[in-house]
Amino acid sequence: MAEDGDNKRDDGSPPKPDPPGYFKGESMTRRRVFEVTVQALGGGAVAIVALPAVGFTLAPVLDEEDVIWTPVGAPGDFEEATYKEAVITIVEDVGETGKTTAYIRRGSPDLGESADEFVAVSNRCAHAGCPTRFVEAAGNFICPCHGGVYDFQGKVIGGPPVRPLDRFQTRISNGQVEVGPRYSVTSQLEPVRARDPGEFTGGVWEYIYPPRPSVPPPP
Amino acid sequence: MRFPQALIPSPLRKPAEPGEKAPGDGGGPIERAKDVPADVVGWVDERTGTTGFLTGLLYRKVPKGTNWFYTLGSATLFAFVFQALTGVFLAMYYTPSPTEAYDSVTHLTNDVFLGEFVRGMHKWGATVMIIVIFLHMGRVFFFGAYKYPRELNWVIGATLLILTLIMGLTGYLLPFDQRSYWATVVANNIIGTGPVLGPYLADFLRAGPEVGATTIQRFYAIHMLLVPGLMIALIGAHLYLVVKLGTTAPPWLRAESKPKSLRRREV
Repeated sequence: MAEDGDNKRDDGSPPKPDPPGYFKGESMTRRRVFEVTVQALGGGAVAIVALPAVGFTLAPVLDEEDVIWTPVGAPGDFEEATYKEAVITIVEDVGETGKTTAYIRRGSPDLGESADEFVAVSNRCAHAGCPTRFVEAAGNFICPCHGGVYDFQGKVIGGPPVRPLDRFQTRISNGQVEVGPRYSVTSQLEPVRARDPGEFTGGVWEYIYPPRPSVPPPP
Repeated sequence: MRFPQALIPSPLRKPAEPGEKAPGDGGGPIERAKDVPADVVGWVDERTGTTGFLTGLLYRKVPKGTNWFYTLGSATLFAFVFQALTGVFLAMYYTPSPTEAYDSVTHLTNDVFLGEFVRGMHKWGATVMIIVIFLHMGRVFFFGAYKYPRELNWVIGATLLILTLIMGLTGYLLPFDQRSYWATVVANNIIGTGPVLGPYLADFLRAGPEVGATTIQRFYAIHMLLVPGLMIALIGAHLYLVVKLGTTAPPWLRAESKPKSLRRREV
């Protein structure tokens, strides 16, 4: 591009002829205008195709999952001292894949819980996601995969799990105890948004494993 | 070279040059039929330059000492092509849906003619591909073939290795039996433990916070469209660089720096 009509080159070579259509004081050559226009139009055309595709692929990350409440029995069916097992649906229309197991009991005042509430503990191990089982004789949840052990409340007492067992929200509706969306807990059993297995909760871990918009807020 | 004369009806043929044997003149139809393959090849070649390209590709110089270890790359390529072909045929019977996937795989294995064979080939072929790609990588590493000017080809090769492992991971879910379901759940949870972005990446792969209806479709699309497409492009780049840069001699061969006549001789 020539500046101020001064066509002399620094190396002393003969002056470059003005390009066709050049006028004194122009800030952009005709060629450059076309280059920028074509690049912009091309970029726009690509964006029209690419942005919806990217959004379409990434949408599930931002979309909050549907909340499903599964009735599991009358309030009288549940005791304080032991869990009752129930298979609940967490994803609809996918058959067996969308089901999981919850262990449900009435809140125990001995453990600092209200006797009116119901505690639904997920059987999903907080280490790698294997199904744990509540072993009545030991009063513990035990995971078959890597030896994770949780106490009666679901707190870790042995093995590799990084946080207590997840829980499900509970409510009473039409005289039935209903089990709803999953939430995770910190080591002090404070509710936080549901995390995947293997992710720590509480303190600085809330920043290292940030809450996801795809799960509902904790109770 | 001409368009095969035998295929052109006689009224449309160009008249023969003086001195040239007029097409259709000498020899019977058998003689003319013998020219057809050469004519077809010539016709294509004149318009594409394939012969020059293939000559450069197939008759390129290889260093002294080239041995069987140098076939591992081709073995990997063969395994990939094999997986692509058997995969296409498996896709004809497979249904990527959480309620039907297992049944469609059972049907394919037990009822479809030779289905067990094709599925077995795809399954064992996957294992073979992982083994030969690692052997190929070992050959390149121990022969020092990743050094200048072939670093970029090493990077492309490493990317292909990662893509191959992604193929293994995504393909593992597709039979949708207990083993593949739980393997995928655990693999997704491991992905989720990556700091900061991990939880979002796991959500992206699962298409939501739990394994659901779209998870298997997503894995299927990644397994049969996205990753193979990337791999084909990268294999093209990989081969281009192999042909352009040539292969390295094995490390036990030394370059002959001086002509024989100038070398010091013990008398």
